[in-house]
Amino acid sequence: MDVKQVFRTLSEASGISGYELELAKLIQQSCPWADEVRTDKLGNLIMLKKGQGPEPRPKVMLAAHMDEIGLVITKIEKEGFLRFSTIGGFDQRVLLAQEVVVHGRQGALPGIIGAKPPHIQAPGEQSKAVKMEDLFIDAGFDSAEEAERSVRVGDLVTIKRSVVDLQGSLLAGKAFDDRAGVAAILECFKTLSTITHQADVYGVATVQEEVGLRGAITSTYGIIPDIGIAIDVGFGDSPGLPETDTIKVSHGPGIAIGPHVHPKLHARMVETAKEWNISYSLDPSPYPGGTDAYAIQVARAGVATILLSIPLRYMHTPVETLDYQDIQRTGRLMAMFIAGLDHEFVEGLTCF
Amino acid sequence: MLLARLTQANGAPGQEREVRDLIRSEVEPHAHVVKTDALGNLLAIKNPDAPGPKVMIAAHMDEVALMIVGIDKDGYLKFRPIGGVDPRVLVAKSVVVGSKKTLGVIGSKPIHLQRPEEREKAFTVQEMVIDIGAKSKEEAEKLVKLGEIAYFTTAYEELGANKVKAKALDDRVGCALAIRLLQEKVSFPLIAAFTVQEEVGLRGAGVAAYQIEPDIALVLEGTTASDVPGTDEHKQATALGQGPAITVMDRSVIPHPQLVQELLALAAEKGIPVQVRRSTAGGTDAGQIQLSKAGVKVAVISVPCRYIHSPAAIMCKDDFEGAYQLVRHYLARLEERAGLS
Repeated sequence: MDVKQVFRTLSEASGISGYELELAKLIQQSCPWADEVRTDKLGNLIMLKKGQGPEPRPKVMLAAHMDEIGLVITKIEKEGFLRFSTIGGFDQRVLLAQEVVVHGRQGALPGIIGAKPPHIQAPGEQSKAVKMEDLFIDAGFDSAEEAERSVRVGDLVTIKRSVVDLQGSLLAGKAFDDRAGVAAILECFKTLSTITHQADVYGVATVQEEVGLRGAITSTYGIIPDIGIAIDVGFGDSPGLPETDTIKVSHGPGIAIGPHVHPKLHARMVETAKEWNISYSLDPSPYPGGTDAYAIQVARAGVATILLSIPLRYMHTPVETLDYQDIQRTGRLMAMFIAGLDHEFVEGLTCF
Repeated sequence: MLLARLTQANGAPGQEREVRDLIRSEVEPHAHVVKTDALGNLLAIKNPDAPGPKVMIAAHMDEVALMIVGIDKDGYLKFRPIGGVDPRVLVAKSVVVGSKKTLGVIGSKPIHLQRPEEREKAFTVQEMVIDIGAKSKEEAEKLVKLGEIAYFTTAYEELGANKVKAKALDDRVGCALAIRLLQEKVSFPLIAAFTVQEEVGLRGAGVAAYQIEPDIALVLEGTTASDVPGTDEHKQATALGQGPAITVMDRSVIPHPQLVQELLALAAEKGIPVQVRRSTAGGTDAGQIQLSKAGVKVAVISVPCRYIHSPAAIMCKDDFEGAYQLVRHYLARLEERAGLS
């Protein structure tokens, strides 16, 4: 199974927060390395790869969210244009002139996000961003009646973007946040299938991260892991961003330090990266919210957690950009970390 | 499909080769003479030595695009629009750059790291860059040269019941019409001029008309349609689905009034829906052709396109067909008249 190809497929597939079913199916089909696969009531996909140690085995949970930000139809105008709102955080400026897919009742329809043309705008308007409420989707309908045959208020809209191959192993596309993390889990499982490890490993593609880390809450409760590793994307170095806010693309995952990271897990992860010569960045995270790690940490009686961040440029735009090698590095780092785990280390996590 | 191939070809002002080569192969079977001039205009001439009215049909080959004007130390490409592009449509799009067809994207700062007031301000061309994934200036310079062009990568696609989405509909619709019209059976001289550099000031058309010396010129265009929410009806320059648009006046030209009336009457007679273009903004090649030598009778017939000069425009296939029928009937009318005289 070529995980890079799987990653492309996942990026181009549609799965807005709350509507991740198609994604879950694709991921399940792409993971021949799991011993058991199940989904929970919210739709989290849980893939178990059993360890070879004696029972009870340590449990490690790897979590990456499969949902993406998107749009939802709020009104059909009488001329057939579709008004929309967002699900998840979009900069209104990246939406203009964007191609989209409207997931209507009879299937997917192409469309374009439009606004009134420049020549009838007031002077100075070009220096102002077009406001979200002035944007609309043009799917080629001539009337509300025609539109309503295919589209309803509440129907979902995703960005249309094929993965673009940039130089080296860099890729650009939509929903890399956080299908990149899902791909890292698959890379980890693939590596684990070639080595021995004591711990049971639960790879979880979580739902509804973008609207409040919701899938991580229920999946962690169900799994009861000893260790939680969240894999998400981090701000990659890009023009106009200060170095202190970013991690370098093509230099491996960021290993977070902060309130949501267990100090012993951090130390062990860094040791593992050094031992196996896997490049990484230190990623100071003074504000712990915003990833599944935040939810995993406080499940039940508390879970030792760590966050790995895959460097990503232009986050939450339709041209998110990353280096596929950083996904592979993340997967390998997790596999080596898991291979080095034993009961003694896990028991030590509650001893401060 | 011809319009798909035409819109997916790339041709910035002054760099129309790819479009020109495609058109040349299409018109060669239907023209007696096919030639190019010093600016790169492509002229396809039918019946060069025949008597009768010399009729020019003109469409421009070039499209708006982005020119690479700098490469920074980290390998990002700086660019400026070539032709009129609203910078706001550029963010978060993919492009293809230069002769090596290097793929790139125009990224922007993540929303998480923005202050809310930043989102109210449009990105300027100065602050945007193209990311091709190069790790250094040296790596980028091996792939892209200064002065090369970045184009949108939009695919041609059919939309709704009768619409088309594509880049560069302005003015590949005109090119497609001219190619089809050149296949009409006429006995008078008919010259299809595929012009260069319209988007940077109607540069090619005057040069073409000077050589052709037409009696009548019909400019075939893709024009702005603004039949979208937020636009009062009287401000809608054109609307999709109401037929081809006839220009009465724009910034570059007042088309010949009798010719305009003749076209409107002919459309009514043949039952072809047409609309009068309800804006005086914008300009077309007709402005230059009209002033060529001692003057030329001109008219402008346009296919309305929403979101022109952006990565993806939309047109209605019925309007395109209507434009073709109208000009075809007009040529037939001229043929009848030539036969009578």
